[in-house]
Amino acid sequence: MKQNYIRPLDLKHGRVDMSHGSGGRAMAQLIDELFAPLLGNDYLAQGNDGSVMPLPDGPGRLVMATDAHVVSPLFFPGGDIGCLSVHGTINDVAVMGAKPLYLSASFILEEGFALADLKRIVESMAAAAREAGVPVVTGDTKVVEQGKGDGVFISTTGVGWLPAGIELSGNRAAAGDAILVSGPIGDHGMAIMSQRESLAFESPIVSDTAALHGLVADLLASGVQVKVLRDPTRGGLGTTLNEIARQSGVGMMLQEARIPVQPAVAAACEFLGLDPLYCACEGRLIAIVAGEDKDKALAALQAHPQGTGAAIVGSVHEDPHHFVQMTTGFGGKRIVDWLTGEQLPRIC
Amino acid sequence: MCLAIPAKIVELLPDDQARIDLGGVRKEVSLALVEDVAVGDYVIIHVGYALTKLDPEEAAKTLALFAELDDEARAAAMAQA
Amino acid sequence: MKYVDEYRDGELAQGLAAAIAKEARPERRYHFMEFCGGHTHAISRYGVTDLLPANVRMIHGPGCPVCVLPIGRVDQAIRLALKHNVILCTYGDCLRVPASDGLSMLKAKARGADIRMVYSSADALKLAQENPEKQVVFFAIGFETTTPPTAVAIKQAKVMGLKNFSVLCCHVLTPSAISNILESPEVRKLGTVPLDGFIGPAHVSTIIGSRPYEFFAEEYRKPVVIAGFEPLDVMQAIRMLVRQVNEGRAEVENEFSRAVSREGNLKAQNLVAEVFELRRAFEWRGLHTVPYSALRIRGGFAEFDAEQRFGEDYVSVPDHKACECGAILRGAKRPQDCKLFGTVCTPENPVGSCMVSSEGACAAHYTYGRFRELPA
Repeated sequence: MKQNYIRPLDLKHGRVDMSHGSGGRAMAQLIDELFAPLLGNDYLAQGNDGSVMPLPDGPGRLVMATDAHVVSPLFFPGGDIGCLSVHGTINDVAVMGAKPLYLSASFILEEGFALADLKRIVESMAAAAREAGVPVVTGDTKVVEQGKGDGVFISTTGVGWLPAGIELSGNRAAAGDAILVSGPIGDHGMAIMSQRESLAFESPIVSDTAALHGLVADLLASGVQVKVLRDPTRGGLGTTLNEIARQSGVGMMLQEARIPVQPAVAAACEFLGLDPLYCACEGRLIAIVAGEDKDKALAALQAHPQGTGAAIVGSVHEDPHHFVQMTTGFGGKRIVDWLTGEQLPRIC
Repeated sequence: MCLAIPAKIVELLPDDQARIDLGGVRKEVSLALVEDVAVGDYVIIHVGYALTKLDPEEAAKTLALFAELDDEARAAAMAQA
Repeated sequence: MKYVDEYRDGELAQGLAAAIAKEARPERRYHFMEFCGGHTHAISRYGVTDLLPANVRMIHGPGCPVCVLPIGRVDQAIRLALKHNVILCTYGDCLRVPASDGLSMLKAKARGADIRMVYSSADALKLAQENPEKQVVFFAIGFETTTPPTAVAIKQAKVMGLKNFSVLCCHVLTPSAISNILESPEVRKLGTVPLDGFIGPAHVSTIIGSRPYEFFAEEYRKPVVIAGFEPLDVMQAIRMLVRQVNEGRAEVENEFSRAVSREGNLKAQNLVAEVFELRRAFEWRGLHTVPYSALRIRGGFAEFDAEQRFGEDYVSVPDHKACECGAILRGAKRPQDCKLFGTVCTPENPVGSCMVSSEGACAAHYTYGRFRELPA
C-alpha cells in the first residue's frame, strides 16, 4: 500500500464541493494543489494559522492572519457570526505567540438581509473587539443580489506584534513533548448542529467562541517551553493534530479517557453518529510543550478563566508514518485519522 | 449498521410523539412503532423513532454476565491491569 | 449516558478479554463474522481486536446498507434530482457514495441538484408539506431497522393526502444476505472463508426478533449470538460463540436480551407488511442478484412509489474492475487484499462503497486500523 497517496485534483473538469471547505484532507489538497503552486512563497509555506514576516527595522516581527466566516445559522447558542469573526482571527494571531493589535472587517451582504439582524451582528462584533482590546480599524462593505449570498459573509484580517525569542510553529513538535487542550472539545460544532434544520435538538450546549490571547500570554509568561499552539477549529482536535504531526514529521499518542468532552456534547454526538474529535472548537487551544513542563503548563492554563477545563491528553513520539494514535477508553488502540470531508450525521 | 441509542422518555406528546433525554440533550421522537411506553421508560431511538423499550432487569443481568469470571481468569485479569 | 457508558467499561473489558483467552482452545482458530456494519464500526473504533487472542479473528460481513447499495441505485436517485428536479431527501451516509459519471449525491448537489440531508423520514414528510409546489422524494435505504420508519411515513402521507411525496425504496433484508454468504462457494464448498459462527445484528433483531436466525443455526450448523451495540456486548457475544464452538453447539443465543425478544417488535413488523412486499429479485453490490432479498411498495400505496411516479427504472452498472468490494462484503477478501485500497481508493476518493460508509470494512480499516499493517 503506497503511503500518503492522494488522487490528484481534476483541475480541468472538477468542481468545488462542500468537502473542500470542511477543514479536512480535501481542503488541504485544494490548498496544496491549486492555491500553493500559484500563489506560493515562503510565507505561505510556513503553513501556520498566521504568517510571520520580518520588519525593516528591529528583531520584532509582524504576524498577519485572515479568516472568512460563512457560518450558518448566523445566530447560535453562545454567539453569532459577528463575535465569531473577531475571536477567530484574534486567535489565529495569538497562537503564533503574537500580541493581536488591529483587525479589519469586510462584509458581503445579501440583498434583502434585515438591517435589524445586521445591527445585532455588528453590535456583537463591537463588544467582542472592545472586550479583547483589539479594535477594527478598517473595513469594507459590498452587497450582492438576492440568492447570491447566505445573508452575510464576514472576512476579518488581523495583525499582531511578535517579539524576538518566541518561535511557535506547527513544525516544532518533537518526540517527548506533551499535548494539552485548554478545555472540553466539540462545543461549538455541536452548538451549530443543534440549530441545523431537520437535525434540531434542544440542549444546553453553548458555543465556546472566545478570544484566547490572554490565555496565550499567561502560558507564555509562565516559563513553559511551548513549541506549538493552535486552535482546533474546522476539523476539530483530530484533524488539527494530524496537521501538526505532518508538519513536524512526528507521531502522536492520545489517551481517550483524558480528552475532556462535556456530557451533552458526547450525547448529541451519539445521536447523530458524530465523533467529538472532529467537531469544531472556537475557544480552545492545543498546546504542545516540552515533556518536562507538562504539569507547569497544565497549571498555567487552569489558572486562567478560559482554561479551567484544561487537560494533558497525550504525547509526541517518533513515527515515520506521522500517525495520530489513541488508546481508547475501552483499552484497545485506534488511529485518529484526518477528517475526510464534512462530518455528516449517519444512520448506520 | 443501524445507529441507535437508548434514551429516557421525559414527556409524552400528542400525535404519538414523545420527548426523550440523553445526557441532557432532548429531542422529539415518534412512538408509532412501540406500545405502552410511559415517562421514565428507556427506549432505543433510531432515525427519530423509538424501536423498542429497554428491559432494565435484562440490562442488569447482562452487565452481571460481563463480570462473571472464574477465579483463574480473574487472577489473569488482575495481573494484566 | 445510562445503558451506554456501563457497556463500554474498560475494566470489565480486561476481564472479558482474559475470559475469552482462557476459553479459546489454543490448538484451534476461531473465525466469526459480525454481520452488522455497526458492529464493524464498534470493533474498529474501540480497538476490540487488541483485546482478542490471536486465534480469534473477526470477518466483516455485508450488513452495511450503504455498502451493498449498487451504483445503479445511487444513479437512480441522482437522475430523479437532476432530471426531474425533485427535492431528494437522503440520510447522510449516502451523500458520498460514488456513482456513474464521476458523480455522487454530494457532487450532484454541486451541479445544482436539490439534495437535502435528513435525519428521519419524518423530516422528508415535513419538507413535502412545506413545499407543496415541488415533488419530494425520500431515498429509503436500510435493513429491517430502518424500514418501519419509512412505512410510518408512507402511511402518514396517505392519511394526509399528500400529492407531492414519494419514496425510492431500497430496503433490504438481513436473512437473505446471511443465506447468500452461507451459500457462497467460498464458504460452502471451497472453505476458503472459514466461518465458525455469526454475531447477529443488534437493532435489526429488535424488529425481527431472534427467531429468523434459528433456520441458519439448524440448516448450516453455525451458532449465532445476537449482540448489543456496545463493545462489551460484542466481546461477550464472542465469548458465547467460542463456548458454543467448543461445546459443539449451533444455537441462537441472545446477548442483547435487554432489547431483543424471540418474536421481535410485532407492531413494527405488521406496519411493514402493510406497506411493503417482497421484490422477486434485487441487485446487491458484491453479492449480485439475490432473490427475495428486498422490498418494494405494495399496490395499495403505489402512488408513493417514486420508481412508478417518475418512470425511472433501475439500470445495472458494473463496479470498477479492480474493486474488491464484493469479495470483501462476502468476507472472502480483506481490505488490504484489494489492489486499490489506500492508493486509488481512499475515504477522500472512494472507488467502492466499502470505503464510503464509515462502517464499511475498508473505511473502518483505513480510518481506525491501518496502522496495524505497516512495518514498525
